[in-house]
Parts: sequence; structure tokens; C-alpha cells
Amino acid sequence: MASGSIDPMHQFEVTTLLPIQLGNYDISFTNSALFMSLSVLLVTIFLVGSTRGRALVPGRWQSMAEMSYEMVANLLRDNVGSAGRQYFPFVFTLFMFILFGNVIGLVPGTFTFTSHIVVTFAMAIIIFLAVTVIGFVRHGAGFLRLFFPHGAPLWTAVILIPIELVSYLSRPISLSVRLFANMVVGHVLLKVIAGFVIMLGVFGFIPLGVLVGITALEFLVAALQAYVFTILTCIYLHDAIHLH
Amino acid sequence: MPQFEQIDTFVGQIFWLIVTFGVLYFLMAKVALPRLASILEERENRVSGDLEKAERLKQEAEEVLTDYQKAIADARASAVAALKESADEIAATSAKRQAAFDAQLSEKVQIAEDKINAARSEAMGHIKNVAKDVAAAATSKLLDTDVTDAKLSKAVDEALGEQN
Repeated sequence: MASGSIDPMHQFEVTTLLPIQLGNYDISFTNSALFMSLSVLLVTIFLVGSTRGRALVPGRWQSMAEMSYEMVANLLRDNVGSAGRQYFPFVFTLFMFILFGNVIGLVPGTFTFTSHIVVTFAMAIIIFLAVTVIGFVRHGAGFLRLFFPHGAPLWTAVILIPIELVSYLSRPISLSVRLFANMVVGHVLLKVIAGFVIMLGVFGFIPLGVLVGITALEFLVAALQAYVFTILTCIYLHDAIHLH
Repeated sequence: MPQFEQIDTFVGQIFWLIVTFGVLYFLMAKVALPRLASILEERENRVSGDLEKAERLKQEAEEVLTDYQKAIADARASAVAALKESADEIAATSAKRQAAFDAQLSEKVQIAEDKINAARSEAMGHIKNVAKDVAAAATSKLLDTDVTDAKLSKAVDEALGEQN
């Protein structure tokens, strides 16, 4: 980090808060773990606290909790159908976890755990493996039909199967990189423009205005990326359950 | 970029990801989602229950309205019947009175006629005697013959009979 300038990558640094060693593995409680825990805590407070009254006519918070429930429930029903009901807790947890991770990360000085490829990739690969297992459990070897569309001429298999295979195998990569890249780019952009505000001195109000706009945009991106991650998970589930 | 440089933190991040996600999954699956589901279900039941109740009350109100209209119609019908009955009664009474009056009247007329007839026949009897006397006197004066009483009577009767 050059002296006097702002390092836009500094915000992504994982710092150890409480060193923990388990055998040969370093599982220290870091700022990343702290914000994951915070996300869990806030999601729980939001959903459990707001519904404590079990009001027949919901207040604002309960309304929001109900809206998030119904939003994810509709998402799952529209994309997977009734067979997806049993995966609802997982999909809902996924959505809320990522959404809160993204949004908490927008608070200045915080850490965004979804801006780490290892986290997003871990989530993506778990989903990928789970979906593949679900597909094989439900359809056995018939799940392989996913790689060759029904009714296509047999000779096209030479072209179609590799394409389908590659697109299937690249799912965890595209899923994880999309979320990771969006988060990183947004935060870097905010940091760089914030640097301009300081550098320009009096005229810093111009990038400051831009910064306000981009912050609003980043909130949109935070919600949208959580939504996209969830909807893609639903689509993968649909493929595993219904095979196209 | 720390994301690709701090490789030694990868295990820790994945570990905490699994732990925190697991905790959140447990809290959602066991507490938050069942509660939200029950709230939404309860509301739906309540709303549909209220709608049912409203429907039932509406039906009841309609029944009451039908009963009321039926009662009104019945009352009207019985009023018409009562009116007709009393009108008939009045008509019957007046007809009876009329008949009684007519009978009385005709009786009186009869009595009067009888009286008139009696008076008339009496008068006729007198006329007959007078006529007989006149005829006897006239014949005895003009013809100087005495006609028998029987002949006179016959002649007077004939004359009176022609007049009648």
C-alpha cells in the first residue's frame, strides 16, 4: 500500500480476531466469521423477533418477514413446483444469508463475506453436489438424459453432450464468480470514488454525488445478486427433479 | 487481492460458513419458517372463516327477508279474505233484510189489496143492488112490466161482466 493513497483492496483482508487451531487446520474466528455470525443473528432477530406477536394484522416488521417468506416460497414454487417444498428451508436460508451478508457489507467499515470467492464457491459447489445427488437419487442413471435433450437426432449427441456437460460443470463456477465479482467490483468502485472525494478537495462534491448514486445502485445489486443466486439454485433444483 | 492471497484463511472461512449457515438453517427450519407458515395459514383460515360466516349471515338475512315477505303476503291474503267475508256477510244480511222487508211489504200490499178487493166487491154488490133497483124501477116505469128478480140479476151481472 503506497503511502498517502487508499488501497481499495484493504477492505477485503481477512483478519484474525480469535485464533483457533483444530489439528492442522486454522479455524480462527475472523472478521469474515464475525459478519457471517452477525448475518445469522440479524436474520434471526428479523424473522423471529418480528413474528413474536403472531399478529393477525401484521405490523411493518412482520409484514416484511411475511413478504420475504412468500417471495422465496413463490420463487421456489414457480421454478421447481410442489416437489421443491422439502428444499424450502434450505433455499430460504440461502437467500436470507446472502442478502444480509451483502447488505451488511454495504455499511462502511464492515466486511463482506460474499466478496470472497472461497465462500461463494463453497456455497456453489455444495449446491452443485447436492443437486447432482438429488438428480441421481430421483432418476438414477436416467439423470444422464439431462445431457441429451429428448427427441434430438442421435448424431447430434456428439456435439450436444459435450456442450451440455461443460455447461453443467461450469455451473458452480458461474454461480460463485457472479456473486463474488459483483460484490468485489461494487466495493472497489465505492472505495475508488471515495478516494476521489478526498483527492479533489473542494471539488470533491462531484464524486460524492456519484458515490451517493452508486451506493443506491449497490443496494440494488446486493439484493439482486442474492435473488439471482437463489433463483439459479431453484433452476438447478428444477433440472434435477424434472430433467428440463 | 486478498481473496486469492490469503489462502491460509480458506479452511477457516469454509468452516465458519458451514457452522453459521448450519445454525441459520436450523433456526429457520425449526423456528422462523414454521412460525411464519402458521401465521399465514391462521390468517388464511381466519379470512376464509370470516367470509364463510358473512356468507352464512347473508343467507340468514335472506331467509328472514323471505319469511318477512311471506308473512306480509299471508297477512295481505288474510286481510283480503276477511274483507271479502265481511262484505259477503254484509251483503247476506242486507239481502235477508231486503227479503224480509220485501215480504213485509208484499204482505202489506196483499192486505191492502184484499181490503181494496173487499171494498170493491162490496161496492160492486151495492152497485148491483142499485143497478137492479134502477133497472126494476126503469122497466116498471117505462115498460110497465115487472121483471123477475132473477132476470134482473142476470142482466146486471152481464152488464157488469161486460164492463169488467
